[in-house]
Amino acid sequence: MNHFIDLTLSGLSSGAVYAALALSLVIIYQATRVVNFAQPALALISVYIAYTVSQATGNYWLGFGAALVTGLVLGAATERLLIRPVHGRSPLNAIIVTLGLLLVLQGVAGMVWSNEPHSFSYPLDYRGRFSASDWFALGSVAAAALLLFALYRFTPLGLRMRAAAFHPEAARLSGVRVGLMLTAGWAIASLIGALAGMLAAPPFIFPNVLDAVFVYAIAAAVVGGLDNPFGALVGGVLIGLCLSYVSGYAGPELTTLAALAILVLVLSVRPDGLFSRPTARKV
Amino acid sequence: MPDDDPILSIEELSAGYGAVTALDRVTMRVPRGAICAVLGANGAGKTTLLRTVSGLKRASSGRVLLDGADVTRLPAERHVHHGLVHVPEGGGVIVELSVEENLRLGGLWRAGRRERAERREEVLELFPRLRERLGAPAATLSGGERQMLALGRALMARPRVLLLDEPSLGLAPMVTRQIMRTLRDLRAAQGLTVVLVEQNARSALAITDHGFVLSQGAVVVSDTSQRLLADDRMRHAYLGF
Repeated sequence: MNHFIDLTLSGLSSGAVYAALALSLVIIYQATRVVNFAQPALALISVYIAYTVSQATGNYWLGFGAALVTGLVLGAATERLLIRPVHGRSPLNAIIVTLGLLLVLQGVAGMVWSNEPHSFSYPLDYRGRFSASDWFALGSVAAAALLLFALYRFTPLGLRMRAAAFHPEAARLSGVRVGLMLTAGWAIASLIGALAGMLAAPPFIFPNVLDAVFVYAIAAAVVGGLDNPFGALVGGVLIGLCLSYVSGYAGPELTTLAALAILVLVLSVRPDGLFSRPTARKV
Repeated sequence: MPDDDPILSIEELSAGYGAVTALDRVTMRVPRGAICAVLGANGAGKTTLLRTVSGLKRASSGRVLLDGADVTRLPAERHVHHGLVHVPEGGGVIVELSVEENLRLGGLWRAGRRERAERREEVLELFPRLRERLGAPAATLSGGERQMLALGRALMARPRVLLLDEPSLGLAPMVTRQIMRTLRDLRAAQGLTVVLVEQNARSALAITDHGFVLSQGAVVVSDTSQRLLADDRMRHAYLGF
């Protein structure tokens, strides 16, 4: 029983990280129908900036703030400079661009910070069963999700962003600058991605550190339904828990396989994910 | 038609899709407070005309003047600041949002919170049905309610000129009549100018002051609705009834 609780708690805290990264994918997918494969790379650069800032100042939290700001800026820049020019054609073009950006940024990270792992500290104490760091992961992702919900639901910016995502033309006719809203969406998504990166990276940081996490995050986003932020959160926690149980009871070498199995299972029952809204057929 | 001081003046406006010319030097003057119909067969360029005027489509040449200000090259999202609002075919209601949110969206560009609240009251006054459904997702509205919401959202912006693309499409005649009555009331109360595109020429001419007939992207006739209704030759040639 104790073992089960341990596994549940550790599953929750890693699930929170998958959920955050999945959320960042869903925000962008909702607005542009693009799966942002560059998301882990944007997060990676943010975490490396945090590493540099923390090293220079000796303060973890300054680095943490720097990571979030970097994420915000990188997301906005990516949309403005790379995605905007190919947007409006097939989403496939934009997806290829994000794949390219992933490779480039991982290469750049290796060149700037070297491919050797650097030690990277946890936000808080990481020892023991459900440590302060685990609490922090869970709490910060929950806070981010709540803030995002409040932004979407209660602010004019959020209403504009949703309108721009659902029906760009009607939004424009109501005076919404749709391009600006897309930039804002990428910026916010990438900020949440940076948060996920900060939580996922320790104890070491190297250019491929987020790859595995990203695979699980994609699985989480797809399981939840790619166009539903709430689904991404549930999907993330679900994947986190399942993988934790599999790794604890059946052996850690089976986790990747288990993620695939969950994905296949869910998609064969509900092809659009657990929480996707039924879409009206376009006539 | 008196055209000394038109609120909307379209001058030699052309637009096309690739090599195909959809609008061919269209010139129209819409007087302040008029309710005008743009008529014509399928593919005559009616929808393209509205889309070009509202900035959704780029004009290849010509000008659009709104109360004297050149708005031809403005992006669509700026037109609302100049008092021109376009309700596209089908209304453009965002079905993923609630009725309330759709309405709110229409007034967002305006900074004043109190003004927005007043507008909202006015619109709900006009369409009491919307008040009952405020919290409902717009997807659950009937066709008539959707058209009311589309119109209500447009009115939230307090437009001076309203472009309506087939407002009666798929609606019961009674609903259409109610909407037209509302437009006439607004004209009387606020001096609203309306340009509406209609497929059904007879009913459109019955409720408008003035008609423009488009054929192959050009204005072929411009006259009062009354005279257009009476002119058999023109009706047979362009309007098919």
